[in-house]
Amino acid sequence: MKLVAGRPKLLKPKKFHYCSGCGHSIVHRLLMELAEELEIAERLLVVAPAGCAVLAYDYMDVDVVESAHGRGPAVATGIKRSLPGAIVFTYQGDGDLAAIGTAESIHAAARGERIMTVFINNGIYGMTGGQMAPTTLEGMRATTAPEGRSVEREGYTLDLSSLLAQIPGVVYAERVSVNSPRAIRHAKKALEAAIRCQLDNEPGLALVEVLSMCPTNWKKTPVESCQWIDEVMSKKFQLGVLVDRRKKSKKMAVAENAG
Amino acid sequence: MTGTKKEKVLLSGNHALSEAAIRAGCRFYFGYPITPQNEVAEYMAANMPKAGGTFIQAESEIASINMVLGASVTGARAMTSSSSPGISLKQEGISFLAGQELPGVIVNIMRGGPGLGNIDGCQGDYFQAVKGGGHGDYHTIVLAPSSVQELADLTVLAFDLADKYRNPVIILGDGQLGQMREPVVMPEPVRNLPEKEWALRGAKGRPSRFSRSLILNVRLMEEHNWKLQRKYREMELNEVRFEGYMLEDAEMVVFAFGSAARIAKGAIKRVRKEGLKAGLFRPITLWPFPKKAVRDLTNRTKEFLVFELNAGQMVEDVKLALEGKGEVFFYGRPGGVIPTPMDVATIIGSRYYQRIKRRAK
Repeated sequence: MKLVAGRPKLLKPKKFHYCSGCGHSIVHRLLMELAEELEIAERLLVVAPAGCAVLAYDYMDVDVVESAHGRGPAVATGIKRSLPGAIVFTYQGDGDLAAIGTAESIHAAARGERIMTVFINNGIYGMTGGQMAPTTLEGMRATTAPEGRSVEREGYTLDLSSLLAQIPGVVYAERVSVNSPRAIRHAKKALEAAIRCQLDNEPGLALVEVLSMCPTNWKKTPVESCQWIDEVMSKKFQLGVLVDRRKKSKKMAVAENAG
Repeated sequence: MTGTKKEKVLLSGNHALSEAAIRAGCRFYFGYPITPQNEVAEYMAANMPKAGGTFIQAESEIASINMVLGASVTGARAMTSSSSPGISLKQEGISFLAGQELPGVIVNIMRGGPGLGNIDGCQGDYFQAVKGGGHGDYHTIVLAPSSVQELADLTVLAFDLADKYRNPVIILGDGQLGQMREPVVMPEPVRNLPEKEWALRGAKGRPSRFSRSLILNVRLMEEHNWKLQRKYREMELNEVRFEGYMLEDAEMVVFAFGSAARIAKGAIKRVRKEGLKAGLFRPITLWPFPKKAVRDLTNRTKEFLVFELNAGQMVEDVKLALEGKGEVFFYGRPGGVIPTPMDVATIIGSRYYQRIKRRAK
C-alpha cells in the first residue's frame, strides 16, 4: 500500500489552536512539507509574529524566534546577516506586515535582505478579535469599523505586496490563496519558488502573500469563507506573480529566446 | 601590570567605545543617526567590515534593536547605540531582549530633554535606564563611565556581562563623554569567545529550539518572571561597582555618576583645600545600585549631597539605600547646562557650612 498523504515529519504531533476553517494551519503544513522536501530543516530559522501565529513553535519542529509585532523583517535581518548560510522565513499577518511593521517590511526589501516573507492576509486582526486591518476591504465590517470600512472614514485598503514588488530588492513576489485544494497546491509551488531564492542565492527578498480565511472574525462558515476569497477578496487582491527578478528565471528566459 | 607599557591614543568617547566594542568581539552593529553619538555609527561603518563584521544603518531605532535581537539569538555579539529620544524607541526591543533572555549592548549617549530636547550632555535618562525602561518586570545592567578610558573598559565589560547573564546591558554616557577626547589605552582584542549553547542556528544534530517571551499560561509566566528576578538578585550580589574618592575621613559625601562625577571630583578637590572634609561616592553600576556600600557610609556620616545633570533622579535611589539614615541635599542642572567644578564647590561649601560647621560651633 502506498502512503499518499501523511503528517509532515517537521509538523509536531499537536492539535492546532487555530479556529476551524482558518488558513494558518494549511500554510504551516505547506512550509513544513517544503522544509522536509527541500532538506533545509537543519538550517532553517522561522521568525514568528505577534498575532494568531505567535505560537508557530508549537507546531513547526525547527528553530523559531518570536518577534515583536511587526519587527520580523528586522529580526530576520540580524539572523541572516549572522548566518548567511541559513534559510530564514518571516511569517507575518496583515497587521504585522502592512501596519505596525510597514517600515521594517519596506526597508528589509529595499536592502534586498535574502529572506522569505510569508504574508498571511485575511483582511482582519484575528488574535485581538476582529479589528480593522490595513487590508480590510471597503464595506467589510470589523469591530473597529462597525459600519463597514468606508474610504472617507477609515481610508483605503492597502495593498502592500504590490508596493513591495516595486522595490528592486524584492526578487520574487506572488499572491496566492489557500481556499481550495487546487489553490493550496499552487500556493505550495509559490512557496517553493520563494524558498529556492535563498537556495539559489538570489540577491533579495522573496514574498508570498497568502489570502487566508478567517471564518471566526469574518462571521462566515468555513465554506462561505473559501467562497468569499474567490468572489470578493481576490478581486481586490488579484492572485498571481507580482514580480519576478530572479537571475534564474532570467537565464531561463534567455535560454528560451536563444532556443 | 605586566610591565609592558601600552600605547596611549587620543580618542573621542564615541570612537573609543566603538573600537572597544570591536575588540570585545562585537561583529554586528545596527544604528540610526542621532546627535551626539553619530561618530559611533560612522566608525562602525568604516571599521566593522574590516573586522569581518556587519554594519547596517537601519530605518529606525526600532529596527536597529530588533536586528540586535536577531543577531544575538544566533549567538553573536551585537550592539546598537543612540541618544535619548532614540533610546525611547529602542525600549520595546530592550524589553524583548530581557524577556527572551538574550544578550545585547545598548549605548545611550544622553542629551537634554524631554522630547527632542537638545544635543548637549545631560543625565535625564537615569530613571529610564535603571528602572527597566520598557514594559514589564525587568532590569538591565547599567554602566556609567566617567572618562573615555572607563568608557572603553566598560564597553568590554558590557559584552561580557550581557553574555554571562543573557541580559541587555546599557552603557549610560552623555554628550560630553561621547564628544570629548582623552588619552586612552585600548583594551586587547578578545579572541576565542566560547560558543553559546542556547543559540538558535538551525536544528542540526539537536532538537529544535525556540526563543520567546509570550507565555500565555499565567503560572508559567510567573515562574519565568521569578526566574528573571533570581537572575537580577545574582547581579546585585556579584556586579555592583563603584568608586570612592576621599571618603576615609569625609564628613560629607557627595554622590554623582558619569560626567557629573568628574565635575564633583574637581569641586571636592577645591573644598578640600579650604579644609572641608568632603568625599565622592561614584556608582559605576547604576543598576545594580551599590545599596549596601551607600548604607555603610552612614557609619561615618549622616550628611549627603547628590549632584546630577538632571532635576533629581539618582537621588531617589540614594535615599532608598540610606533608608532614612541621613540628610540628603540635592543639586541638579537639567537641560544640558554643565556647571563648573567651582559652581559645585560653592554648593558643597554652602551646604557644609550650614550642616557641619554650624553644628561644630
